[in-house]
Amino acid sequence: MMIINLFGLVLIALIIWWFWLYKPAKAIDSTMESVTVIVNNGVYDPSRIIVAKGKETTLNFLRKDGSPCAATVIFPDFEVSEELPVDENKAIELPSMAPGQYPFHCPMKMYSGTLIVE
Amino acid sequence: MNSIESSIKDTKAQELIIDGAGCASCVGKIETALKNVNGVDNAQMNFALRTVVVDGEVDSEDLVQAIESIGYNARSAEDTSDDELLDEKEIADQKYYTSLMRQMWIALGLGVPLMIYSIAGGPMTVETTVERGIWLFIGILCAAIMYFAGKHFYVGAWKSFVNHSANMDTLIALGTGTAWIYSMVVVFFPMAVPEMARHVYFEATAMIIGLIDLGLALEVKARGRTSEAIKRLIGLQAKTARVVRDKKEVDIAIEQVLLNDIVRVRPGEKIPVDGLVIEGHTSIDESMLTGEPMPVAKEVEDEVVAGTLNKTGSILFKATRVGKDTALAQIINMVKRAQNSKPPIGRLADVISAYFVPVVMIISIISALVWLNFGPDPALAFAVVSATTVLIIACPCALGLATPMSVMVGVGKAAEAGVLIRNGEALQTASKITAMILDKTGTITEGSPTVTDILVADKSYTEKYILTIASSIESRSEHPLAQAIVDSAIAQEIDPEDISDFQAIAGHGIEAKLEDHHLLFGNQKLMFKKGVFLGEFVSKAQKLADEAKTPMYLAIDNKLAAIIAVSDPIKEDSIEAIKRLQNSGIRVVMLTGDNRATANAVAKKVGIKEVFAEVLPEDKSNKVAELQAQNEIVGMTGDGINDAPALALANVGFAIGTGTDVAIESADITLMRGSLHGLADAIAVSKATLRNIKQNLFGAFIYNVAGVPFAAGLLYPFFGLLLNPVIAGAAMAFSSLTVVSNANRLRLFKPQEH
Repeated sequence: MMIINLFGLVLIALIIWWFWLYKPAKAIDSTMESVTVIVNNGVYDPSRIIVAKGKETTLNFLRKDGSPCAATVIFPDFEVSEELPVDENKAIELPSMAPGQYPFHCPMKMYSGTLIVE
Repeated sequence: MNSIESSIKDTKAQELIIDGAGCASCVGKIETALKNVNGVDNAQMNFALRTVVVDGEVDSEDLVQAIESIGYNARSAEDTSDDELLDEKEIADQKYYTSLMRQMWIALGLGVPLMIYSIAGGPMTVETTVERGIWLFIGILCAAIMYFAGKHFYVGAWKSFVNHSANMDTLIALGTGTAWIYSMVVVFFPMAVPEMARHVYFEATAMIIGLIDLGLALEVKARGRTSEAIKRLIGLQAKTARVVRDKKEVDIAIEQVLLNDIVRVRPGEKIPVDGLVIEGHTSIDESMLTGEPMPVAKEVEDEVVAGTLNKTGSILFKATRVGKDTALAQIINMVKRAQNSKPPIGRLADVISAYFVPVVMIISIISALVWLNFGPDPALAFAVVSATTVLIIACPCALGLATPMSVMVGVGKAAEAGVLIRNGEALQTASKITAMILDKTGTITEGSPTVTDILVADKSYTEKYILTIASSIESRSEHPLAQAIVDSAIAQEIDPEDISDFQAIAGHGIEAKLEDHHLLFGNQKLMFKKGVFLGEFVSKAQKLADEAKTPMYLAIDNKLAAIIAVSDPIKEDSIEAIKRLQNSGIRVVMLTGDNRATANAVAKKVGIKEVFAEVLPEDKSNKVAELQAQNEIVGMTGDGINDAPALALANVGFAIGTGTDVAIESADITLMRGSLHGLADAIAVSKATLRNIKQNLFGAFIYNVAGVPFAAGLLYPFFGLLLNPVIAGAAMAFSSLTVVSNANRLRLFKPQEH
């Protein structure tokens, strides 16, 4: 019983670490290569994208998931919201941005990603 | 990634629309420029249609650039229009719906018979070898169902897990996964499980997957209805236009209409692009955009707007805004953007959503541990059931959908009434407005004043002479009342005189010279300031003011020459609309630069008790601040032109349009129609939407807050109640559907006009 309880507590600790404490470091640099964000199965891939500051940027989105959650992507800081057609490349124009981190997500925040402006 | 890029380049023949090609000689230039682009095999221009067909493997962006570099504008004819996007979306939704429904039938095909068997009292336990064999078969069948009907949950859960995020898929995958794995353990190693706990839950796995697929499918359908308003707006766009090219009228696709094209519209047809009438007269139904039910008469020089319906006459008009620039396109854009923006009230739900799924996972583990440690026999079975049920019943979707769905419907509903809401924040603040400042001219009144009286003080002048002088001065003024005097002079065919030394004194009037004569034209303040004797005319002016007319004094060489009274008729429905505002508990205040007596007279007519009169244009925003200092949440309504700072300072700025000629970007909320009913509608819609959001949020909170502990078995020690995982699955599937349906209820909302 002791072992089971301990196992449960470790599991809880792992959940906390994995979902909250872990800070992903990996980001795709859109200034080096052209980036297409694939929208499928509940995630944006890549979900962390480095963007050049002070310059208008175009990001490509390709939605493969039919779920209505995936249908719209929102960049709340720039009042940009765009419909994504299924299986079709959609270029989204973003205004010139100040350095910082800006989230983008679907209307329900099930899909989410971050723009890192440098 | 490569496949996407190549898919654009692979287009063999593409069509471009050229703007600015005025002469036939351009054709050669454009074709040459295009042929010089790498990869182009041939380019052929149709001058009549202003289009070029380009053959070759080339990116359309390069072609556009080549054309722009020689001084023309071009766009790809293949740009997906809103209309096509919408059709595609509907097809995609339908496909998704069909696949979900198919998956549902697969899952329920196994789930329902098993469920009936278990309810009918069939043993769900594993004791004999025969039972083990049967259950093993069913377990494998169940795995197949998980694959064919629920694959998307497991793939989604895994993908997000790798990305350190968790969502609804995670919960469903874990819940059904736990139930299935436990059941398989019981089948394979019954000895490892206490005898009383040798129970299988394959029916739960299959039923939950089936029910949630069903819930998702119904949700897709219900969501489709939330975008009805935008669909209707997009549907207003005409598909073709009849354009005069080379002296012939040709029907062309709407995308090919160019700026300054001459467009023909016959009775019963839609106006294809924005423009100015150059020939003919007609009446046009603009209700689809403005909510104004009466058709509007249009003559030469009048503006026509894309999407409205030509009723009676045939007209020719010149295109002034095409493509993405038309008012309709901008409205569609704004509504779309606003529909996806979130009012502050939704932010709490967002914060909760971010932590929700992991928290539920933790609760599920704790609940299992508690059952194992303190639960009655069979503790293990209880632990598995409670852990599964907690995972299944929790519904992050209901929480996540609560705000966006209502905003979607509410903003769309407002657009139908001719009210354009800029974003979620404006929507929420509008619902809380406690005080509303209404600009008088153009908001409460028509904004088209006319000269009503001319009282000559010095009998050596004729009325005509007075009007000549006054109109000569006012022809140079930008004051809203000036136009009335100029119009009146034009009507009497009076030519203006040459005025010199023109000087406008803000809030007072004008000082100027005509030959040797010194002229003063303005209000009483100006006359007092300059020491003009008014005598009995003060009371005559007062009498005019009491009739809601604005008296203006004209002095020649510092002697009063005449009073000219101008009156701006009150819009016929202002009184009722203001009553609607007051009935909803809003303190209504009138603001005007006009003199106090006139202002009071107008206010009295429309039933407003508080008036800020004689306010200089630059002081308008101070009055907004004054009310804000009294802890009011202030709405300010004006025409958006000379009161822009006040609109910006107010908690919510409303720009009231006359017809569709509105500066859409200038205010928090734009009223497409001139009537103040639009304002009352705007507030009513935002109140209804906020109420709807609160219902949704409350429902979603209560559902989760009550459902999760119940699922964990909190009621078991007291009442012996434990939730069945299948019922949890049903509750979860229908909780988000309930939220969407409640939001859809807003579609039925009707503002009370009378």
